[in-house]
Amino acid sequence: MIQADLTIILPEIILAVFAMLALLVAVYSVKDGLASVLVWATSALMLVLAVFIASKGMGTNIAFGGMYVDDGFSRFSKVAILVSAAAVLLMSREYMARRGLLRFEYPLLIALSVVGMMMMVSAGDLMSLYMGLELQSLALYVVAALRRDSVKSTEAGLKYFVLGALSSGLLLYGASLVYGFAGTTLFSGIIQTTHHGEVSLGLLFGLIFLISGLAFKVSAVPFHMWTPDVYEGSPTPVTAFFATAPKMAAMGLFARVLHDAFGAAVADWQQVIALLSVLSMFLGAVAAIGQRDIKRLMAYSSIAHMGFAMMGLAAGTAFGVQAMLIYMAIYVTMNVGTFAFVLMMEKDGQPVTDIASLNLYARREPGKALAMLVLLFSLAGVPPMLGFFGKFYVLRAAYEGGLAWLAVAGVVASVIGAFYYLRIVFYMYFGEEGEELDKNRSPVLWGFLMASAAVMLVGIVNMFGVEGAAVAAAVTLVN
Amino acid sequence: MIGLEHYLTVAATLFVIGIFGLFLNRKNVIILLMSIELMLLAVNINLVAFSSFLGDLVGQVFTLFVLTVAAAEAAIGLAILVCFFRNRGTIDVEDVNMMKG
Repeated sequence: MIQADLTIILPEIILAVFAMLALLVAVYSVKDGLASVLVWATSALMLVLAVFIASKGMGTNIAFGGMYVDDGFSRFSKVAILVSAAAVLLMSREYMARRGLLRFEYPLLIALSVVGMMMMVSAGDLMSLYMGLELQSLALYVVAALRRDSVKSTEAGLKYFVLGALSSGLLLYGASLVYGFAGTTLFSGIIQTTHHGEVSLGLLFGLIFLISGLAFKVSAVPFHMWTPDVYEGSPTPVTAFFATAPKMAAMGLFARVLHDAFGAAVADWQQVIALLSVLSMFLGAVAAIGQRDIKRLMAYSSIAHMGFAMMGLAAGTAFGVQAMLIYMAIYVTMNVGTFAFVLMMEKDGQPVTDIASLNLYARREPGKALAMLVLLFSLAGVPPMLGFFGKFYVLRAAYEGGLAWLAVAGVVASVIGAFYYLRIVFYMYFGEEGEELDKNRSPVLWGFLMASAAVMLVGIVNMFGVEGAAVAAAVTLVN
Repeated sequence: MIGLEHYLTVAATLFVIGIFGLFLNRKNVIILLMSIELMLLAVNINLVAFSSFLGDLVGQVFTLFVLTVAAAEAAIGLAILVCFFRNRGTIDVEDVNMMKG
């Protein structure tokens, strides 16, 4: 019995044990001297686990009496989380090393937060949901404040901590109400109490608190205030990490709670999610217009993108979940490429994040500028790029889910949002003569930028089979 | 006779006090940490009250998890706060303002 359970959660155990052992070894040996090796080892292990999980095949396995669910949905999310986390780790090594930030804790904290994320997307119980979420959050608070001697970074960590703890409190209060009014913490038990007739008022209150807490984690409006500050203050590789894997995990958890636990009460949460979605899309699009700092701009961009992903969720159908998964996979790929570019922006060896510093960048580095152009067009959702298909899927899901107004709002918001992406393109190609950025010759970053841009172009052929996997994943969640 | 409603009322009151403490406090970051703790403890009262009402132990197990995580959370919060204090020389909430927003 326990043997079977442990086999099912083997990937999590391996990663957690690796992180703790590596922590011990590093502390009792050369400490930061091991950091580089640990970055390589952690990302290699993550990739191996991603391959292992992807090759597990079909079927749903349940461990620990329903607390842990290993199904197509969780496997899809886990592969995306592991691959993006490994990519960000590889990208950050050189940047961190150059600025004296490459401490051995960094890859290990990322590994532990990834364990938390894997737990989140596999949660089948309010307790495992909470423990996964906290494991992820606690590790992330620390990496946000990784640059201990910088006011901005510690302030980002502090803000993230206070608001993150508030969101955990809201989520927990919701969980306690759900437990009280459903009589169980198991998702499979909660859905049974909602099957017969109406959802009780107490349960509804609990659901709203749960949604607020989760909306905080995906940085949906009106729970987004921490995002721009945390993105700006954290070291850039950490920002890149925030924008990818945790977003995927939080959206996965969101979908799991809404469908696994409250799938019988779609009408009760559909309007709430639709409202969060429309607010996020518009605020993300409008507030980004005035931004001059590319990290803050990417923060607002991620808020808008979360709005689009939630549009798929709001549809409340299997197709909606499928659209959300495809959207998130594309979003994560785009962000890896974009942040590879941001990591390369530096002047006199110092990182620069001002958009105006990109003036006439295309004249000096046409290749990189072109790749960035493709990525920005894709982020904006301009038709030939993959980003357009992500938007197309969620819009279709919303329309077919009976939320035509939401789809129309999404189109309007994406047109507004296109402005600030195109402004970066304008600066790169037609800006004024200004001070030049250093020529960064990092092959790793260059590779990630080019690969990500190539995916945006080549992916339109068949999306590398992501679509089929997303269909299989969505069907296991919604039935 | 003290029933479930009374416990839920106390918990809700404590929770709301915690939230107000987070938003209205303009003085000190330590008070923010205390407010967070208050919120989590309110949740614990809720869980234990429901657990005893339902005659189901899961709520109390949940409480133990919440207590453990709250301790870890407070430790990390204080650690970040110490780092912040070293850089900024103050822990006033009003001074957590290097970045707008």
